[in-house]
Formats: sequence, C-alpha cells, structure tokens
Amino acid sequence: MSSNKKYWTSVEELKEDSSIVEALKQNEFVNEIPTDEFLSDKDTLEESSTTRRDFLKYVGFSTAAASLAACEGPVIKSIPYVVQPDTIIPGVANYYATTIANGFDFASVLVKTREGRPIKIENNALATAFGGANARVNASVLDLYDSTRVQAPKKDGVDISWSTLNADVVKSLNETKADGKQIILFTQTFASPSTSKLIAEFKAKYGNVSHVSYDAVSESKALDAFQAKYKERALANYDFSKAETIVSVGADFLGDWQGGGFDSGYSKGRIPTNGKMSRHIQFESNMSLSGANADKRIPLTPSQQKIALAKLHSYVVGGSVSGTLPAHIEKAVSATALELNKAGRNGVVVTGLQDINAQTIVLEINEQLNSKAFDTKNVIKTRQGSDATVQSFINDMKAGKVGAVIMSGVNPMYTLPNALDFAAGLKKVKLSVDFTSKDDETAAVSQYIAAAPHYLESWGDVEIKRGHFALMQPTIRPLFDTKQFQESLLKWTSNDVTLNDYIKTTWKETILNGSSFNQALHDGVFVAKSNVFVEETSTIEDASIETPSTNAASTLASSANSKGIELTLYTKTGMGDGQQANNPWLQEFPDPISRASWDNYVTVSKADASEWALVNDHDATGALNGSYVDLKVGNKTLNNVPVIIQPGQAKGTVGLSLGYGRTAGLKDEMKTGVNAYELYADFNTVQTVTVTKASGMHEFACLQLQNTLMGRGDIIKETTLEVFNTKDKKHWNAVPVVSLNHQEVEVTSPEVDLWDEFDRSIGHHFNLSIDLNACTGCGACVIACHAENNVPVVGKEEIRRSRDMHWLRIDRYYSSEETFAEDDAKKEGFTGLFGENGSLGGFGELEDPSVNPQVAFQPVMCQHCNHAPCETVCPVAATAHGKQGQNHMAYNRCVGTRYCANNCPYKVRRFNWFLYAGNDEFDYHLNDDLGRMVVNPDVTVRSRGVMEKCSMCIQKTQKTILDAKRDGREIKDGEFQTACSAACSNGAMLFGDINDKESKVAKLTEDDRMYHLLESVGTKPNVMYHTKVRNI
Amino acid sequence: MSLNFFRLSLMFLLVFSTSLSAQGDAAAGKSLFNANCAACHKLDKKMTGPALRNVEARLAETEGLDREWLYKWIRNSAGLIKSGDAYANKIYKEYNGVAMTAYPQLSNTDLDNILAYTAEVKATPVPVPVPVGAQSVSNGGDFNNSLILGALALLFGLLAVALVVVNKTLRRFANEKGLEIKEEVKRPSLWKAFAQNQFLIILTVIFLLLSSAYFVYGYLSQIGVNQGYEPVQPIHYSHRIHAGDNGIDCKYCHSSARVSKHSGIPSLNICMNCHKSISEVAETTATPEYSKEFYDGEIKKLYEAVGWDDAEQKYTGDTKPVKWVRIHNLPDFAYFNHSQHVVVGGIECQTCHGPVEEMEIMSQHSPLTMGWCINCHRETNVKVKDNNYYTKIHEQLKKKYGVENFTIAQMGGLECGKCHY
Repeated sequence: MSSNKKYWTSVEELKEDSSIVEALKQNEFVNEIPTDEFLSDKDTLEESSTTRRDFLKYVGFSTAAASLAACEGPVIKSIPYVVQPDTIIPGVANYYATTIANGFDFASVLVKTREGRPIKIENNALATAFGGANARVNASVLDLYDSTRVQAPKKDGVDISWSTLNADVVKSLNETKADGKQIILFTQTFASPSTSKLIAEFKAKYGNVSHVSYDAVSESKALDAFQAKYKERALANYDFSKAETIVSVGADFLGDWQGGGFDSGYSKGRIPTNGKMSRHIQFESNMSLSGANADKRIPLTPSQQKIALAKLHSYVVGGSVSGTLPAHIEKAVSATALELNKAGRNGVVVTGLQDINAQTIVLEINEQLNSKAFDTKNVIKTRQGSDATVQSFINDMKAGKVGAVIMSGVNPMYTLPNALDFAAGLKKVKLSVDFTSKDDETAAVSQYIAAAPHYLESWGDVEIKRGHFALMQPTIRPLFDTKQFQESLLKWTSNDVTLNDYIKTTWKETILNGSSFNQALHDGVFVAKSNVFVEETSTIEDASIETPSTNAASTLASSANSKGIELTLYTKTGMGDGQQANNPWLQEFPDPISRASWDNYVTVSKADASEWALVNDHDATGALNGSYVDLKVGNKTLNNVPVIIQPGQAKGTVGLSLGYGRTAGLKDEMKTGVNAYELYADFNTVQTVTVTKASGMHEFACLQLQNTLMGRGDIIKETTLEVFNTKDKKHWNAVPVVSLNHQEVEVTSPEVDLWDEFDRSIGHHFNLSIDLNACTGCGACVIACHAENNVPVVGKEEIRRSRDMHWLRIDRYYSSEETFAEDDAKKEGFTGLFGENGSLGGFGELEDPSVNPQVAFQPVMCQHCNHAPCETVCPVAATAHGKQGQNHMAYNRCVGTRYCANNCPYKVRRFNWFLYAGNDEFDYHLNDDLGRMVVNPDVTVRSRGVMEKCSMCIQKTQKTILDAKRDGREIKDGEFQTACSAACSNGAMLFGDINDKESKVAKLTEDDRMYHLLESVGTKPNVMYHTKVRNI
Repeated sequence: MSLNFFRLSLMFLLVFSTSLSAQGDAAAGKSLFNANCAACHKLDKKMTGPALRNVEARLAETEGLDREWLYKWIRNSAGLIKSGDAYANKIYKEYNGVAMTAYPQLSNTDLDNILAYTAEVKATPVPVPVPVGAQSVSNGGDFNNSLILGALALLFGLLAVALVVVNKTLRRFANEKGLEIKEEVKRPSLWKAFAQNQFLIILTVIFLLLSSAYFVYGYLSQIGVNQGYEPVQPIHYSHRIHAGDNGIDCKYCHSSARVSKHSGIPSLNICMNCHKSISEVAETTATPEYSKEFYDGEIKKLYEAVGWDDAEQKYTGDTKPVKWVRIHNLPDFAYFNHSQHVVVGGIECQTCHGPVEEMEIMSQHSPLTMGWCINCHRETNVKVKDNNYYTKIHEQLKKKYGVENFTIAQMGGLECGKCHY
C-alpha cells in the first residue's frame, strides 16, 4: 500500500523554488570537504615512508603495548625517617591535649595525630569545666591544611623574611613612640594569662600602647552589665544541668550565645530521671537551636522580647512596667513567671538581647531567684571586646592620632559594619601589621601581613573560666614560615626566650602554685586550687562602659519601639563568625534548622512571605528555590538575599546569619552567601529593616525536602513527661504488631521472623543508642564523622541533586499541627478519600509545617540491621553482615548497581557519582596535597561508582579489639566508641557492646523509652532510639 | 680449601711470631679485645676511641708513659682524669669529654694479653689467590654437557643422512630391477576428513574457546600479583648477612611490627646502632657474587645517607633519606595489621615472608592475594592460650560447640569488614 503522505524535513522545503533545497538534492555536503587541500600536499605525502597500512599497524601496536604496560604495577617508594622520633611509630596514633582559642570558639580538645599529622579533633575528657568541641571546632583541623593560607610574611604583597619584618616594625614602633602617637594592639579576645603579661611588657617598652580587644560578634552589652554589677569584665557562667526551669528570652544558648558550650549541661537535665526533667521555655523571633529544643516556644518580635523580659522581671523581682503585649504572649509571660517563682533556686533566666538593661535585668532576676545554675564566681573570660572602645579606636585612627596598628586574629574589614571607616583610618596609620593566616579582607589593606600559624602549630594558654586554665601546644611543626603574634611581641620587646619557655615561666610564677607544668600540658587543662587572678590588659576606659539605668526594667520596656520589620542577626552552627569560611566541611554542613548548606538567607515567616509575595518552591528534581529580597538597614542595602520561609519565625521579623559573604582569602567555591555584618550597625543584632522583593529565584542546596512527619509517629516517638510518668510503656512506646494466624503478634517476636537469626551471643555485639531527649541537633557528630571516615565534600550543585555524601544526617522535623501528637491524631482520624477528614486533602495539609511548630531532631545513620534489606539485593555480595552486628560494605567488591540504596528503608546509603578525590571538578580539600593530609589512613578513600555508608566506625571497634588482644586483656565498657558517639558531649549518643551485660548500652536496650526506627519493617537494627519526652 | 688453609697457616704464623715477641698471649688478648674493647676501638682506625695498634710503644715513645699508666687508665680512666694527669685530660678533651668505660674486672694478665694483641704487626693483606681449579671444574661441567649434546646431534644427523641414502639406494635398485612400487590407494587426508566433520569442528571450537578462556583467566588473575618481585634497591641491603649470618632478630629493626599495623622500614639511626662501629665487612662475608669492596661500598652509601663522617666519627647533619622500593604492597582497601599476626597470633615472619635470612636480595615470597590470606585463616587456629582477651569467649565457645580449637574463619575472620573498611 503506497502512501501519498509527504514528509517535510524542514520549512524550507515548502518554498517553491528554494535554491537551498535544490542544492541539497544534488549535493549532501554544501560546503566542500577540504580533502583536496589535504591531498594536494603531494610532496609531503610522498616523502613520508609511512603508508596507511603502516600507520594503522603503529596505532594498533602502540595501543596494545600501552594496555599491556598498564598491567605492570607501579613502583612504590618508601622513605623512612633518617632519625625516627621515639614518640612516632608508623601506624600508631598519638594524642595531644591542646586548646582552640580563635576569638570565637574556645575549647579544650584532644588532637589525634598519625605519623605526625593532626587528623582529628576529639573531646578532652579531663576538660569538664568547658563544653565539648562543637561542629566548627571539630572541623578546625581542616583549616590547618588550607591551601589558601599565607605561607610567609609579606610587605605590600611581596614575600619578605621575618628578620626584615621585625627590623622594620621595631624601627617603626620606635619612631611612633618618638612621635608621641598611639600604638594600638587590635586583637581578638585571647583570655590568655601569658599574652596579657607579654602585652604589659610591650606597653612598658613602647609607652603609649593600647590593647583593644575586639569580638566580631560582640557580647559587649552583657560584659558591661556584668561589670557594672560585679566590678569585673566577664560573663556570668550558667550550668543548665542544675536548672529545672530554664527561661530564655532571645538567647540561643545551645548555639553560640556568650561563647557557647552550655549544651552538655543542658542535655544532662533533659534526660528524664526519677520522673524529672528540666522545663525549657523559649521566647524568640528566629527559630534557633534552643527554640527547637524548647518545651514551649513563644515566637515574638525583639521589641516584644524587651517588654516580656521587663514584665518577667517585675513578676519575679517586683516593680511595675508599662508596655503592652498581645494577649497570648502576655499570658505566656505571666505563666512563665509563675513557674519561675515556683522553681525558685531551680530556675534560671538568660537573654540574648544586646541591651545593657536587658542584660542587667537578667542578672537581677537570677540573683533574686538565687539560681543554682547561675554562677558569678567561675566567670567566663572568652569575650572581652567593648563596642565603645573599638569605635573610639576607629575614630582615633581617622583623627590621625594612631601611629601604629598591630592586628591579630581579627578581620575588621569583613566583620565591622563600618569597614570603610576602618579602611580610611588605617590609611592614616604609618605602620599596620596584620597577623593572619589568610590573605583576607583586612590583610589586603595592611602594609605587613605577618603570616600566623594555625592553633595546632602554636603555643598558648587560655583562662576560659576564672581559675580554669587550658594550654595550647603544637601538634605539628609549622607547615609554613609563620610566627605567632606572641612570638613577635617577644622579639619586639628584645626578649630572647622562646614562647613555650615564656608560658612555662608565667605559669610557674602565677598559676601552677607548685603543680607540675608537664602534667598540666599533658592534661591540657589545669584548675587552680587557690585563687589566681590574672590581670586583663585590654584598655577599656571607664567612661566607655555603658551603665544600666537605675530602673532597668522600665527603661528596657520603654525602649521597645516596634516600627517596621525587625531583623535579628544570628550566627549559624556551621559558620560561626565566618573565620572558617574556607572550610568545605563547614560549608557543606547543613544548618540544623533549615537543613540548607552553602548559603545564608533571610528567614521569613509564612504570613509575611505571602504578604510580600515571597515563595519557596521546588524544581522538577525536588531542589529548593527561593525568592530574593533586598534588605535595607539605615543607609546600608544588601541586594539579592535569598529567602527561606521559616516555620516558627515570628511575624514581623526576619533573620539573617552572619559569617557568610567573604570575598578574600578563600577559594571561589567558598564565596557563598551575603555579608550580614554590613547590617550589624552599633554591634546590635537587632535592626529595623526594610524588605523589598527582588527579581529572580535563588537555587538552594537543601538536604531535607520533606519537613514534616506526616503523622508517622513511629519515626520519632514522642510523649509528654506526664504520660511517661504515669502510664505504662505500651501506651506511649508500643511495639508494632502484625497478624499471625489472626492473632496480633509483636513484630520483634521470632515467630513472625522470615529470617534465621545469627548467633551473636558470643563475642561482641555492637549497639548505638541515640537519646532524642539529649540530642540538641548541634551537628558535632556530623563533622566528626566526616573527619573520621574521609567523607568527601561534593559541592553545592551536587547537594542540589540530592547527592550529598553525609554518612550521618540529623533529620529535623516540624509538626504540621501545633504538636506532633495532633499530627498523629489527625492522620488517624482520616476517613475516606474526600471530605472534611479525607486523606487526599489531609495528607496535603500535613505536608505544611505549622506557624509555630514543634521541632524534633533525629540523627540517622546506617541502622546496621540484623535483617538488612540491602544485603539480600546485592548481586555481588558487596555488603554483608558481620557477627558483631555491623553491616559491612566492601568497596572493592561493589559494582555500583545501587539496588541496596533502593532497598534501604532508612535511605542512608550514599553513592559516589564521581571520583571526589583528586578531581579538579571538585576543588575541595581532597584535590590538593595539603588538604589530603587530613585523610584518615585507616579508612579507604572511595572511588567513583561505589556505594558507601556508615560502617559503625568499624576501624575504631577493630582497633579497640586488636589492642585488647595484643595486650591480652578484656575490654572495659566505654572503650568502644564511634566517631559520632565520641564527639557527642551531650550524652545523646552512646556506643558499646550489648553482650557485655554490665555495659551502659546493654542496660539502655532494656530501657522503657527504647525503640527502633521503623520497627514494623522488621529489620532489627543495631541502632536504637530513645523516645523523646517533652515536659509540657 | 686452599684459601682456608692459607689463611689458617698465616694466622698460625702470626700468632706464633707475636707470642714470642710480647709478654702476653695475643690470641687470648684478641678475644678479650673483641669482648671488651671492640665496641669503641679498632686497631688501625679511630672510632669512638683512638686506634690502638702499638699503643703501648707509642705512649712510651711520645708521652713517656709506661704500662702501669695504662693499667690505671683502663681500670679507672675517670679517676685518672680527676687526679689531674696531663695526658689523661688531653685524651679526654680530644674525645669531646666522653670518658672511657672503666674495666676494674680485668686483671694484669688480661691487660697484658690485650696489649700483646695490640702490639701485633699489622697483617698485610695478602692478595687472595684466585681459586682457578674450582672455576675450571664448573666450566668443565658446562662444556661436557654441550659436548655430549653436540655429539648426539651429530650422531642423529648422520643417522638421518644414512637413512636417506639407504632409501635412495633401495629405490634405485628397485628401478633398475623394474619393480613397480605400489602406490597406496589415495584416501582423503586426515585433515580433510576432519574439516568435513562438523561435529568434530564444533567440539574443537568449544575446546579451544574454553581452553583459551582458561588461559586468559589465568593471565588476568595474576595481574597485580607480584610474587617474586625483587626490585633493585638504592642500597644493596642483604638480609642474608644481617638476619642469616649474624642472626639479628627481625623485630630488632622492624620493631613496629610488634605494636603497629606496619612492620616499619627501619629508620637509618637503627642501622647506625651497629654500623657506627662496623664500617666494613669481614673478608669471610664476601661471596663470589659480591666482593668485600662491594659491601663496603654499600656501607659507605649508608654513611652518606645518614650523614656520618666515618673519618671524623661524627654526624655532619647533611642527610639524604633513602628511597627504598617497597616490595610488599597491599591495595589501600585491604587492612592488614602486623602486630596482630606477630604478637597475638605468634606467627613467624618467615611464614609469610619466606626464608628472608637466606635472601641476598629481598623478594616477595607470598602472592599476597585474598585467596592466600583466606586459606591461612581457614587453616590456622586462633591462639587463645594465655590471652585474657579470649578467656571468656573461649569458655563460652567451648561450652557451646564442644570443641577445643577454633580456626580464625570460625571466629569471624572471613567477614568482609574485618579487612575491608
């Protein structure tokens, strides 16, 4: 059958007399192929003795030869030491106690070194007075191997030697002294006894010297308030483990509030013991980590916070304040006051408002309560900066009164809101030296860049809390030609002793009081027995200290004026003040609340977002997009700031994190986000802002796209303290049942088991316990896991494609109704598809988080199922079960079918879509020799095309076993650790051997709160969770 | 034989002659010298202490010191220095204030013997007579073999020629007699018959395919298996001399094998523990393949690498780390721990590394394949005795399975994750 249809291949053919169509009919290639041109070069062709056949032979031979040669193994060279240090044994790790003190994070840590390379930061168990290492401290080891570090001192961008720099500086300092101009030491907070002494000596030598301490994120108001009340410039110490009622007004005390480190104390009080746990009430505008953990959270604007705090003061201390609050907040405040008064000594109040009156009020309330958690003796010394002093220093510079500025550990050109003033002032200064490890924004405007070492290459000491000292010691020789600020001070004061000798002498004279220095160095921490008072050197003129008004509460209440939208600036768990911006681990670290990585953004409430027509939507792959806004504070404008609609954000407020938007001293990939410091006017985290929508959509790299539990209460089991105390376990933590012969049988019972059980009764059987009550979501475990297991960084684009590699994720869920319990009830109440209680519409509703939701965190890693669904589907048996309860993954056996990831109910398997190490497309630490020094030699660096997942740190459990076998001893409880359980200073993660019946973890398996994730699937995981109990 | 005899007679002669000339017994002196003095002194070379050849005569000549002084010095040099003796202090200063160990236990006779030994005339190195006989014998063996082979080949060649000639002659006879040589009935050749039989062809093809697959598989599976790998090292280090002849324990140098996953390539300071005083090998160490000069040259290489000035007996600080070629290479994804095998398992190094003490050049003895590992884990029992780690586990296992011994495989030693993570 013939067809008369004619098929047109192009529009051109429709034209009657198209020359092109005609030409194409005749000739397929319109342009002549230049064969003639090639062939016409007859001479060359004939001259050549290679015929076509020969040529093919050569090609064939060389290909074959090359592939044969490739079968030869490479020659590997090994270079032993010439003289091996007796502390280093290849293959055996050494641990050193040291202290991080970078001006923002202060923590006493243990550093694991292998063959002389620091590769991991761990908690120092002896440092009980300080909080554990947070995510940033855990990641700080990678900063040591940062390829963008300054490698030698520079003058105007040209490398010079230290002797030149020292000679120049001393000459200049003497000239400045002769001129009678000021010499300013503009530094981070050191809180270091020996540095204080050194600076005093420096002052004595050069006369007109002022030391200005500067904290990028200021706590000046709290310091002023404490100083006015207690005559000492420090911060009050809080031990939340001693508090039964915790009230926070705008203080993210589980985050970086007043230096951070309060979370481990908090978590202790959160675990219900003997029917009791602490109650936490949070008043705040942004959804913070603290708010997410609170039992009761009241969203309100910062100005409302002021009134609320003032009222709380009046309820507890007395007096009356004016100011009105919306009825529900009013009610909450009075209820809170009632609880506080009832708690008495067991109550505590904290605030994050950058207002001296607010800070004073809090001190007064706590004093009135005589709070057990409130400590004015062991005060915190890690913040010293004074806003007014910093401001007057800048003014002095601009006025030409300053002759020399020596900076250390600060980056004012990035962190100052009035950076341009600073730059203008610095131009008038004859000598500017910047001790920095990065060619950063400030280094660019300084004459001399004094290359500073990383803290793991430095000597130092810190008094973190009064009487609680910590030592910093080098764990590796300086990688580059660097000198510490303190070493240079020694040089400039013509002191020939080395810095460690200097510190040793200082300690012997003032701190140790006869105790051994070596012991203190070994421990990393030292608690002074007698009262040791270390003089602070930072110059703070008394006049510049703000004093609270006599009636702080009413002044505070009347200062609350809510005009327009209020912006609250905060620091992110991952980025802090921004000095670690070139750290790919931290860039890829998902924010615990928003779960977005590689960005900062404006958090906006849902109501405001719809009012301003701001949207968050998902593209076809599910990736999150968000609108842009322009933010205007005073005369400063930040353009194109992306928006995330944040459940729990108080209406009329927006939030934006500091620490992003760096422009200098980091790789292009790390130049993420916007610099919120520009809006940080007067060092106040609360600003009035104008928000205008901008065009375009921002592409986020968000790791969690499903935000609610959809009423699936068996994922995060929850109950209230009352139910927990009064009802039987089966009411609030029932094991799911299945039907067997029309009888309901628990899924955990062997009768309904499809599988034969392994015999695990002999030897070790590992279990990891995760207590949802103690977990604050801080994410230290996530970074610790990265460092321990060589988890690659994949970059923003790949995260957007949901190809994140985190072995351990902390899921954050919002409730869709007011509480998760109501979600469950709503889901249970669905009848039919349509109608009022129809599931079709109902599930859609359940996807939307509430305006002020309950929040729950759940760390999820491979659950190491005893009946693992992944194992049965692997066609090559690359993933198999061990007798010790670990689900093994043999990378070299994996062929990358990804069936296992498909079949995993917990979605914890990660596929290497690319080779992430030594690949220019992924220019992170694994792409340069320096960055690769952080790699853990006991763990394989995975290649492209293989699946990977949490191994339950099998390299660590094996090491413990092997060591015990070698020493011929039994293993004690607590010896087995995973990276995450060791990093968790909150006691939320506990790891151990359940065959050791005396172990803590074995006892936890019997706990009433214990449940397994998705128990109904019958996978019998070796990771257990503990039901979250809320004190409502 | 002749060489040894020669040496023996030379020594005899020397001993005999010196014992006559000195008061002590030089032979006894030599053994005393080697036991007490040789760590710091040599006869003809400055080491930690001065060279001692003719020390007594020298002292008497230059310093006017007698044997009594030497007795004092050797028995208590520190005391002599303290007493303010001029020459004692001079020597003390010359050797950087390192005092000589005191030997109060040596009697006068002992010291006389030692001094007699030091007073011996230096034996002039006698050119080693080339053992011509031995060489010719071995060559002769080769020669004989080829001669026999050649003769045989010639014989067979002659036979073949004879056969052809006989055949030709017979044909000629037949021709001349007019005899018809019967042509055989032309049958299809075997080859053609084979080619026509499809069944056989298919069978052959299958056979060829299978056998080639077998060989290809065999070839592929040995890729990366470097058994017998024997690379040339930057310094010719002989395990035969160290571990074999001198009987040094493996773990003296590879000490981290006891505590670490790595056995460790010894750092050069370990070499210098001994080689500070051993700057040359003994005559007897040399082999036909490697001469004494060769070995001495290799020690020189060590000195250069570690920055040791042998003449001045001090470190120059100018080091050149040695780039050894690594012989045993496990892939990165396989975890192996030496200390577990050496200490916990109590396995001899030779079990995996072969007769290292006989290896002049170190080579890879075992295939280091996974099959090889696993075989051993299947066959070897866990050493549970006297190890408290196993006490409880072993009791439980015994009770449960009623067996005394358990192989590593039975204890979970075949699980992937035990070696791959």
